[in-house]
Amino acid sequence: MGMDFLLIMKSEMSLTLIIFFLLFLKIAELIKDNKTLLHVANFLLLGHFILGLFFNKEGVLFNGMYFSTSVLIAEKSILHLGAFLISLQAFDWLKHNKHLLEFYILMLSTLLGMDFMISSGNFLMFYLGLELSSIPLAALCNYDLNKRKSSESAVKMILSSAFASAILLFGISFLYGVTGTLNFAEMAPLLGSSKLQILAFIFVFTGFAFKLSAVPFHLWTADVYEGAPAPVTAYLSVISKGSIVFIFITAMFQLFKTYEGLWYNMFYLIILLTITVGNLFAIRQSNIKRFLAFSSIAQVGYILLGLSSGTSVGASSAIFFLVVYTFSNLGAFGVVSLVSAHAGREDIDDFKGFYANNKFASWVMAICLFSLAGIPPTAGFFGKMFLVTAGAAKGNYALISIAVMNMVISLYYYLRVVKAIFIDENEKPLPALTGSLSLKISLVICIVGAISMGFASGLFDYLNTITGK
Amino acid sequence: MLMINLSILLIIPLITAVIVMVCQNANQVKWTALLGSVAQLGYSSALMVHYISDRAAGNTAQMLYETRYSWFSKMNIEYYVGVDGISVAMIMLTAVVVLTGILISWNVQKMVKEFFFLILLLSVGAYGFFISLDLFTLFFFLEVAVIPKFLLIGVWGSGKKEYSAMKLALMLMGGSAFVLIGLLALYFNTDTGGGAHTFDLLKIAHMQIPIAAQRFIFPLMFMGFGVFTALFPFHTWAPDGHSSAPTAASMFLAGISMKLGGYGCLRVATYLMPEAAHEYSWIIILVSTIAIIYGAFATLMQTDLKYINAYSSVSHCGFVIFGIGMLNQTAINGAVMQMVSHGLMTALFFGAIGMIYERTHTRQVAQLGGLLKTIPFIMTVFVIAGLCSLGLPGLSGFVAEMSVFMGAWQNPETYNRTATVLACASIVVTAVYILRAVGSTGMGPIKNADYLNFRDAAWNEKLASATLIICILAIGIAPFWLNNLVSPDTQLIMTNVTRTVILK
Repeated sequence: MGMDFLLIMKSEMSLTLIIFFLLFLKIAELIKDNKTLLHVANFLLLGHFILGLFFNKEGVLFNGMYFSTSVLIAEKSILHLGAFLISLQAFDWLKHNKHLLEFYILMLSTLLGMDFMISSGNFLMFYLGLELSSIPLAALCNYDLNKRKSSESAVKMILSSAFASAILLFGISFLYGVTGTLNFAEMAPLLGSSKLQILAFIFVFTGFAFKLSAVPFHLWTADVYEGAPAPVTAYLSVISKGSIVFIFITAMFQLFKTYEGLWYNMFYLIILLTITVGNLFAIRQSNIKRFLAFSSIAQVGYILLGLSSGTSVGASSAIFFLVVYTFSNLGAFGVVSLVSAHAGREDIDDFKGFYANNKFASWVMAICLFSLAGIPPTAGFFGKMFLVTAGAAKGNYALISIAVMNMVISLYYYLRVVKAIFIDENEKPLPALTGSLSLKISLVICIVGAISMGFASGLFDYLNTITGK
Repeated sequence: MLMINLSILLIIPLITAVIVMVCQNANQVKWTALLGSVAQLGYSSALMVHYISDRAAGNTAQMLYETRYSWFSKMNIEYYVGVDGISVAMIMLTAVVVLTGILISWNVQKMVKEFFFLILLLSVGAYGFFISLDLFTLFFFLEVAVIPKFLLIGVWGSGKKEYSAMKLALMLMGGSAFVLIGLLALYFNTDTGGGAHTFDLLKIAHMQIPIAAQRFIFPLMFMGFGVFTALFPFHTWAPDGHSSAPTAASMFLAGISMKLGGYGCLRVATYLMPEAAHEYSWIIILVSTIAIIYGAFATLMQTDLKYINAYSSVSHCGFVIFGIGMLNQTAINGAVMQMVSHGLMTALFFGAIGMIYERTHTRQVAQLGGLLKTIPFIMTVFVIAGLCSLGLPGLSGFVAEMSVFMGAWQNPETYNRTATVLACASIVVTAVYILRAVGSTGMGPIKNADYLNFRDAAWNEKLASATLIICILAIGIAPFWLNNLVSPDTQLIMTNVTRTVILK
């Protein structure tokens, strides 16, 4: 063991160290200047992300409680990259906030929880990670202390995630009752066709659907997203959701593989509802954060469509899509953060005539929205194509047709925003907003990612190799 | 002689677009765009000369200058390009229309940089589409054009531009959604051994796609590409889109974008699924005959010059589909020639309308009159475009439509012959609306004293019109030249189409 142990748990270790270091900074009050603190935090997160790419080791720890495989490491790296980008985007918002270190400590705690959750091989570890990743989020949602909506968002977040956890726990307790174990690997072969087991599976599935905000379990999403500060919304919609998708892949593809026939039917229904309802509601939104919330609900539907294939190509398509989605969605949220931090506006109408004074930010927004809509040459096109292709392998063309037709609907509402930015006239458009260097760097990274990922075929091939193992 | 690498056709406009974005002022932007498109036309011509000499030297491979890179190996997606005579003709058409479009847009004032950037991006999509031999690549390029089209119409358009831009973007996206479903179904019905599937167009052509699958896929594909070519009843984006778009975008939309659909119907739908093409040919003929006649009569009712040309485009593109639906070599030859001819003719038409509009600020036929006296050059161009549209011998429109009708008549069944007669009759209607439009704008008293002060065509407008007119005349006078270029390949397509039917 010895060194191996450190390498296998490297990402958790380094995250814990960063959290303690930031706590130390907070207590010792060594650095008084907010901007310096933010730079320190950004560098630590960048370092953490880069460290996650090297010296990785696969292995199993604590009697199957903790797993580390290439796939899981790749998944964690996506989350770490996203967290780094969000940290860059939060700069403008946090630079005058006296609680900024607490923000980082809370955010990194949730990230730590997600890392543990993704790596878990046992329901105990899974649940621990899940709670660690969701409870601090409620505090983050409440970070705009003087806004009522922010508090509302936090309360909704905590209640809904407690409810989802309760359902999940209910299912887990049934599973434990019928199999006598909490370990994934031991449980999988014991699952059969008894009604109680299937009921337990449905409970667990529902808990996941809640966390993924799949329709009909999506009602909390829009309110929480609207009230939370823009970077926190970005965190919820990309990192938090991404981590649930990753553990969901493990659960469906390894633990509940026996029920593939059953879960395909459940997927079918949920995909139909999620894509259609998400899209139809997104059309009606006037607040840009609510708009992105509903559009991200629809995106989850496409991820589920890829996963419904039950093949390794489906898994790698979903992971690839999340990379693309991270860049595209964070790019869009970066612009929202910029406008929200400097102009205090969050309505789609406020973006009318945005192009007049903010050329770069407008292009970032447009390209990211086109990527979310799945229009080439952006990476979103490839992400969606792979998901749909993976889903089509089942030969269920009714489902594929509805999913593809929904892409047309989604194009409509993405184009509405693009129209507001480029075409609509506005007598008093937003003035030129100069974001901080950090924010600009994050926008550049996002736009490069959103354009180049589709042509970087190496990534998709790599994901296919590791998921195929 | 220089080596032909088809990817250069994509690289030239891409590099030009990038340079345009870093230019300092409007003049630099325009000259860069112009030089880029001249270079592109030069390279396309070189490609054509090279292609003809290679064919003359006895190279009988189906596709020339193939390049193939693995793109996403797990799903057998490749960047795979190559050309045959049909694609070479379409590439030449694109190069000419883009060049003339850039010349016509010389006086764009608003956001010049973005305008030329988007035009160039649009052309990349078209070139890519015509050279792709992998269905995934083909679909990629088909959709690339959505963003530029939306923005070009929305930002630089006129009239109810937001509505038209949205309608066009959504309808074309809907069309490509049909194509996508068809593509996926086709992909999963191919088998290259060991359960692997392929998007490779040539490989699929030599496979036997199960007839049940064809019955399902063919209509999806044909409908999807049909939306692009404004096939009845999916034509409604065309009049609104064309009339709201800025001149260069109208030229591109009608001249090239609609051809993507026709090319797709021929190369993807008909070529890959011949049995279904035979089964559904009666529907294709029915729908395209309706499009031809309906388009012609709808044009009669229009009062706006751009709407006149847009509806007549619906009618003329109906001939393309009509020719394909007849499923014999003469008719398909005619369909390809009609694509090229209509592309040139409609670009010229929209160009002339744009020049008139720039001066008079109206496109209403009733408000125009006597323009032949004040701006003779532009009006002459307008008359030539009109005569080509109604199929005057000696211009390209006549040759193309004649081939379609001759091919159609070869089909001895009463159904097909009736359709042919009806389609032929539409030419009379065409003559009515064209002559009426030309007559009431060009002849008669000058309706407005301002019209006397108009400046006739500037150098850029003259150059653009002359280029297009030369091409139209060349095809009209020496049709064998275009015919020789495309007929070996239409023949190849027909062999595939008939061969599989005999096997059955």
